This record gives sequence, C-alpha cells and structure tokens, in this order.
Amino acid sequence: MNKIVLGLVLGAVLGAFDGLTAWFTPEVRSQLLGIVIGSTIKGLIAGILIGYFARKVNSLPLGILFGLGVGLILAFIVAAMPNPAGKHYYFEIMLPGSIVGMIVGYATQRFGTTPYPATR
Amino acid sequence: MKLTDNALERLRSAVDLPDLEGTRYRLLEKLGQGGMGGVYRVEDTMLSRDVAMKVVTAPDGDGDLAARLMREAKVIARLEHSGIVPVHDVGQFPDGRVYYTMKLVQGKRLDAYIPELGSIPERLRLLQKICDAVGFAHARGVLHRDLKPQNIMVGPFGEVLVMDWGLSKIVREQEARNTAVISPKGGDENEVTAHGTVLGTPGYMAPEQQSGSGTLDARADVFSLGAILRFLLAETADVSIAPRSRALRAIVDKATAQDPNMRYDSTAALSNDLSAYLDGLSVNAYPEGALAKLWRWAVRNRVWLLMVLAYLVMRTLFILWRTR
Repeated sequence: MNKIVLGLVLGAVLGAFDGLTAWFTPEVRSQLLGIVIGSTIKGLIAGILIGYFARKVNSLPLGILFGLGVGLILAFIVAAMPNPAGKHYYFEIMLPGSIVGMIVGYATQRFGTTPYPATR
Repeated sequence: MKLTDNALERLRSAVDLPDLEGTRYRLLEKLGQGGMGGVYRVEDTMLSRDVAMKVVTAPDGDGDLAARLMREAKVIARLEHSGIVPVHDVGQFPDGRVYYTMKLVQGKRLDAYIPELGSIPERLRLLQKICDAVGFAHARGVLHRDLKPQNIMVGPFGEVLVMDWGLSKIVREQEARNTAVISPKGGDENEVTAHGTVLGTPGYMAPEQQSGSGTLDARADVFSLGAILRFLLAETADVSIAPRSRALRAIVDKATAQDPNMRYDSTAALSNDLSAYLDGLSVNAYPEGALAKLWRWAVRNRVWLLMVLAYLVMRTLFILWRTR
C-alpha cells in the first residue's frame, strides 16, 4: 500500500472513530451521523496531505510534526463551526484531532511504500 | 671478543631483514612479527605505492614455514572480497626465503578499535561485516581457524578486513548443509596443517579444534565469531562476563556452544540473528514467552503506542468531564 492510500485509509478510519466518540456527549448525540461523516472527511483530507508529505519527505519527526499541524488546522476549521446552540468545542475537537494527525504522520513515515523515483 | 646480548639481538634483527636487492621492492619499516614471519612496509617501486610484505623469518630447515606462507598466499588469492586483504604478489628471495605482498592496511586492530565503537548496534554491525567476509571464505571452501580480534583490522572508514589466513584450511564443501568437512587426504595444500598439531588461539578456538579431532567445519569459525562477539560486547575475552541483554547472551551462548551441533550452522545464520536483534525482532537463539514477545513489540512500537494512549486518555478525560 502506498503512503497516500495508507494515510487516506488510516485518516478515514481514525476520523470515523473520533467522530463516533461524540456519542458520549449527550447534547450532540442527535447530530452523530453528521459528526461522523464530517470527521471522516476531515480524516480523509488529513490522510491524503500527510501521506503526500511522507512520500516527499523521509523523516519521522517531521512527519509527526506535519501530522500534528495538519490535524490541528483541520480540527480548528471544524471546531470553528458552532453547534445549533451556538456552542464551540475547540478543545474536544482540536486536541484529539491533532493527535490523530500525529498518528497518521507516524504511520505514513514508518509504513507504506514509495514509488521508485523517475529515472529521467 | 665477546658480543653483548644487545649487540647479538641487533645482529639477529639485521639478518632477519629481507634482502630486497634485485626486486621491485624497497624496504621501509618493520610493521610486526608473527610466529613464522615478519611483516614489513615496503615500496613497490614499479607502481610507486606502499604495500605490506610478509616474509618467513623463523628458522625453517624443512621448508615447512615457506610452504605454509605460500599456501596462505594462495588461499587469500582465491578470496577476492572487500573484507579480505588482497594479495598482490608472491615470490622467493635469492636466499630461499619466500614472501608475498598484500595491500597495506591503514587502520587499527579490532581490540584497539573497540573503544571507538560507542553503541552496541555499531559493534553488532561490525561483527556482521566480519561474518560476511568469513562466510564468503566458507563459500569458497576455506576455514580461517584463527579468528580473533588481533586478526581483524578496521580501516579509517569503518571497513573491516580479516587478516592472517596462515592457519586457514582448504575444505571440501558438502552439499547437504552449508558446512564443509576437511578433506581426509589433503593434497599439497592441506599437508601443512595436517600434522595433527593443535593450531589456533585459546579462548577463540572451537573445542573440536582444540581437541584436534580432525573434523572441522564452518561451525568452528562460528565459535570464534561468537567469542569475538562476546569480546566486542564485554571488551574482554573473559567468558564469565555475559552481555546484559538476554537475547544477545543467548546469541553468544549459541555461537560458542561446546557442541558444534548446538551452534549456528553458518556465519549467515549468526548474522541473521544479529540483524533480527538490531531490528527489534525475535532471535532464533532466544525462544520468548508471550509476555516477553508483547513487551518487545511494545518497546519497538513505543512511539505509536504512546500516541494512541495519549489519544485514548484525552478522549476519556473529555467524556468524564462532560458527563460529570
């Protein structure tokens, strides 16, 4: 599996799982489906970006750092959208989102294949 | 007139010096003295380069040492490998002494180089290079039989050269296993070491070699490599000092097992176990329990595990905070 596909799959799975944890927050339980879909899409985008970075840069610390950054930015965009009651969940979304980004960053650096460089 | 001991010694040294008159070589300095001969730094005047010259200097009435030196040169010549010092030339001086010239290795002996090797992985990788060179010789049907730190040179760029093939043995490869057995009736090449004399270095010599039982195979060199591994890890040849890591201890114990059947079959098998250790995988020499396996996996994936744990802890804390 190449690094971009790995990032995409892992980002989607972890994103969906992250979204599902909203079930434990009673006030947003009714919007669970939307949260899971949104979180999965966020994970997909993060996974592609992080996987692409891993394909270009071969460095575990930089990969984790990039994952942290991407996870944080995308989570911030999501957290900036308030719920119907007008409430924001910055910490609850941004902190786990950034860790998910780090996990994807780590995984794409350690695993996944890189295509051979062009010979031309 | 009575000569003093000092004067006698100087005379003896002068007599030992090879007479290079009429050859393409010019004597520069003496590099060392072995059991049967001396090693000199000489200049190859035709190619304008310095090379090392090994010459028989010990009394050699029956020509045994000369035959051994010639045989050593022939053995090395058939071993063209980056880890084995190449022979350039072989010949005989007018006084009948034989010599061969080889690449002049600029570096340190392994025993002197060890303090420069910081980490355990560095030491293991160095042993793997020795395994590669010795394994190549085994594949060409040659046993070294005198592997020890003093016979390994490490070059300025970390390159490893296995030296002193004077006790090496030409063997016949056996098809069934990656080992070889001494030809029972060796030809010219085998006669030199077929006198039943025990040759080798105690501490690095396999028990079967020490007992002179007559049948040696690649596992005799594996024993010596195991002893070198112990030396690399403990910086002493003392067998009572064991490596801290259980897996490494098991590798050393397996390589230096008294019974050849309990040892690694080949240098490649030893090297593979070292690779597995370096990669954090399980080694053949050390069967692990489920807990030990789990622990090794956790240590190997600690960064990953810490991140997952951090995520779960954070999520749990948020849930507890929300539901209080």
